[in-house]
Amino acid sequence: MGFKNYCFKKSLWVFHFGGASCNNCDIEILDCLTPRHDLERFGILLVGSIRHADVLLVNGSINIRDKERLIEIYNQAPKPIKVVAIGACGCTGGLFTESYTFAGPVDKIIPVDAYVPGCPPKPEAIIAGIVKLVGTL
Amino acid sequence: MAVNLFYFLIFPGLLFAAVVGAFLSWFDRKITARIQFRKGPPLLQPFYDFFKLLLVKETILPKHGSPLIFLLAPIFAVFGATMSGVFILLPLLNITTGFRGDLLVIFYLLTIPSFSYIIGALASGNPLAAVGGSREMKLILSYELTFLLLIAGVILKCGQQFDLYSIIQTQQTGTPFIGSISGIILFIVGIFCIQAKLALVPFDMPEAEAEITEGIFIEYSGAGYAMIKLTKYIMFFILPAFLIALLMNGFRLDGIHILWAVLKVLAVVLVITLIRNTNPRVKIKQAIKFFVIWMNLLAVIALVLIEFGY
Repeated sequence: MGFKNYCFKKSLWVFHFGGASCNNCDIEILDCLTPRHDLERFGILLVGSIRHADVLLVNGSINIRDKERLIEIYNQAPKPIKVVAIGACGCTGGLFTESYTFAGPVDKIIPVDAYVPGCPPKPEAIIAGIVKLVGTL
Repeated sequence: MAVNLFYFLIFPGLLFAAVVGAFLSWFDRKITARIQFRKGPPLLQPFYDFFKLLLVKETILPKHGSPLIFLLAPIFAVFGATMSGVFILLPLLNITTGFRGDLLVIFYLLTIPSFSYIIGALASGNPLAAVGGSREMKLILSYELTFLLLIAGVILKCGQQFDLYSIIQTQQTGTPFIGSISGIILFIVGIFCIQAKLALVPFDMPEAEAEITEGIFIEYSGAGYAMIKLTKYIMFFILPAFLIALLMNGFRLDGIHILWAVLKVLAVVLVITLIRNTNPRVKIKQAIKFFVIWMNLLAVIALVLIEFGY
């Protein structure tokens, strides 16, 4: 079990799901992969297909239309999959909590393993969140 | 029999080629990172990726497709890569097989991984995988003739010998083929063929990440994708090794020459990595035009030069 877990920890591939986001969190997530905060040194890669993913990043407020897509994406992912909710909208709903299209924060729809609050969170905060997530594995 | 199994499974077959290929794939990622002023992944990253996919992740089978063929295709790909690896690496390490005409066998075995990818992609029943499969098919059609012309040039250059062992011996007693004008042209052609065979960036339209989200590999997860990664590692070693055997004198395994052998492999991989980092992805139409017109023209020029003794 130790060897398997170690390999899993060392190679987390990330799939990015953007809900009805204002794009600030998207940009901060992309900043993590740029030369300044290079996440590939921890083995973290951004992949294009959910079938290759180990971590599902969700940001933005989830509205009624996003909800079914998010559930479908989650069901298509090979287990074990970790879910990280990024930004105030992903964690709690933030500004959009009272909106009539709002379908609940991410953890009411799928199980969430880590929360990174902030509007938007700095890349350092996202890295700190990922380090804490790796610590729980 | 036991010796053959040893050759196939451990040295220089599956295990050796996979370990060296994994190291080269780390080298490729590290150089890419350094070019972009990043730090890059740790040395054992390819092994972590492989064992994570093989041991930890769940394998999902397609509902609207053929699960059996979908799972068999990566195994065929590993088989093809390993077989061609054995045929390339045995003469390269100065072990004679006594098999005359192995160049043509290598040529056919090297296409098995690409064909397996296509079969697996079409068996997955995903429309994006079908797009990727059709692009891979067109890419094979465009580069295979160029690759054959490259091999024909080398055969012509060493006096109609069809086995890799005597080609390497001819070069080691005389001069390496890359030391002439035709040899340099053939080397350029060979680098672009390798680039297309490995589906690296100017020619990565079968698995375009940003466009059709990994294309032919979109439905693979877990153990199946681990097998594809293994094939990619093996191919990343044996194709540069094949080019070194054809044009750059092969390996000599005594004293200081071991260092030269390592440096030659690293140099060819470095050229491939630099091309992949400084080019955009071309369209499939442009790739076909590039190979069918320009690369074939270069190869034919090289053949004519060889006839005149340059």
